[in-house]
Amino acid sequence: MVTPEMKICRPKVTVKDLSVSYGRLESLRHVSFEVNEFEILGVIGPAASGKTSLLRTFNRLNDENPAFQKTGKILLDGVDIYEKMDLPTLRKKIGMIFALPAPLPLSIFDNIAYGPRLHNVWKTSELEAIVEKSLRAAFLWEEVKDRLKTPAMKLSGGQQQRLCIARSLAVEPEVILFDEPCSGLDPIATAHVEEAMQELKAKYTIILVTNNTKQAARVSDRTAFFLMGELVEIDRTQKIFTVPQDKRTEDYISGRFG
Amino acid sequence: MDFVGLPVPYTMKPRRISEFLIESAIFLAGTISILFVVLIFIFLAKEGFALFRTVSLWDFLAGKDWYPISYPPRFGALPLILGSVWVTLGAILISVPIGVACAVYIAEVAPHWLREILKASVEFLAAIPSIVLGFIGLVTLVPLVQSLFNISTGLTALAGSLMLGFMAMPTIVSIMEDALTAVPRSYREGALALGATHWQAIWRVVMPAASSGVIAAVMLGIGRVIGETMAVMMITGNAARIPTTLLQPVRTMTATIAAEMGEAVQGSPHYASLFAIGIVLFVITFIINLTADFFLHREK
Repeated sequence: MVTPEMKICRPKVTVKDLSVSYGRLESLRHVSFEVNEFEILGVIGPAASGKTSLLRTFNRLNDENPAFQKTGKILLDGVDIYEKMDLPTLRKKIGMIFALPAPLPLSIFDNIAYGPRLHNVWKTSELEAIVEKSLRAAFLWEEVKDRLKTPAMKLSGGQQQRLCIARSLAVEPEVILFDEPCSGLDPIATAHVEEAMQELKAKYTIILVTNNTKQAARVSDRTAFFLMGELVEIDRTQKIFTVPQDKRTEDYISGRFG
Repeated sequence: MDFVGLPVPYTMKPRRISEFLIESAIFLAGTISILFVVLIFIFLAKEGFALFRTVSLWDFLAGKDWYPISYPPRFGALPLILGSVWVTLGAILISVPIGVACAVYIAEVAPHWLREILKASVEFLAAIPSIVLGFIGLVTLVPLVQSLFNISTGLTALAGSLMLGFMAMPTIVSIMEDALTAVPRSYREGALALGATHWQAIWRVVMPAASSGVIAAVMLGIGRVIGETMAVMMITGNAARIPTTLLQPVRTMTATIAAEMGEAVQGSPHYASLFAIGIVLFVITFIINLTADFFLHREK
């Protein structure tokens, strides 16, 4: 197994002095950190700590909110995603998995093919190959290969979430954002999704926001702890969970608040 | 506590009784509306079918002449049916594209403050009495159509279509807007997160997801148009001829009933023929509503 220490760490995403607010509501304050290529960065913190806000700033879904304001920079491979990249390109490179599995009201096949079609892949043979590859990567192929034409809504919650993962993979992103991907799933489905994440980090950079500190401990290479919009601590997961530097981190992971 | 042997069954305890009464009242209220529909249809049928003692159904539906008070009278309703169809088709062609675009703009594109203003004004448009719209149409639209196409009279199917198009739009817009807003935000965001542009998300995800509501909105708009009477009577010219273009005067089924009912001798074939037209209208709107209902409740 490849441990994070054995890889050459190259920053994939760089956050520089990022502050985010919605009108008068401040949700992130002067946050700076880096996400290394091919790692899983777990982001933990209590409700309203700015975790989800952070993710939605990464793929610019916040742009949909008219009250959204930000200062500071986010760089993807050194390129400013707000200044120097158009939206479809950015969202192709940075995929997102939502808290509640949100398949589109289409068949399984069309759900996966939706993204590639947006980016102008139309040949059926090509699409079929992409669909199979993506479903395999999300550990869903064996379960659905005989019923690709059925509506995605008919799948179970855990399968839907893996379908959403496959859907993101189909556009070949470089970074995948997981926004509490297992909050609505039972333990077995959660295990399936976590397994998928472990496999995915060989090829993708993953940022995992989770309310479940144990999940961060299980899955992530490094963990960042957010509190009230501030980045309290970021370090190797093992370290965060055994010898945290900050008292607040210790309190949170030991369950004293949050 | 019941006494043993008391002849009140378990189900008739006071609470059970009030529950029973409430349920029966609700059941009654529900069935009454069905009863009314059935009674109306029976009444229409009773009066209307009397016509078919003198005229065959085929001659009525396919007859080309409507001369109810000549001698012998001719009861060919085809010009009237076609009049309604032409005016309705024209109105649909006008109101559906504009209505859909308007609903999409309000639901998906417009900034929040403008959305509220637009919604309120569209609903206000729906509240204008049709006679007022007809009057405005008569004064503004009819001369416009006349001078625009250089024809002898502006009282044409086209004027009626334009007018009815505007009348159907609020129905279409407000129902469709509800349907679009009801599409879960997750669909939109899911599509955007995959790199869809705003427009791609609307066109390929939000619209298909709302399709049942969209179709129902169009159907109810058609229902509104085909049943409209006063405005069309005022501005379509009321000539019971088979129209060949939209630039000719036409007479709709509704306008015929409204115009002739006052003069028809009760119990005469003329009287019955107006009820028969009513039946045709009833059947058409019934089919439209049924179609709308089918799409509204269609399993996704």
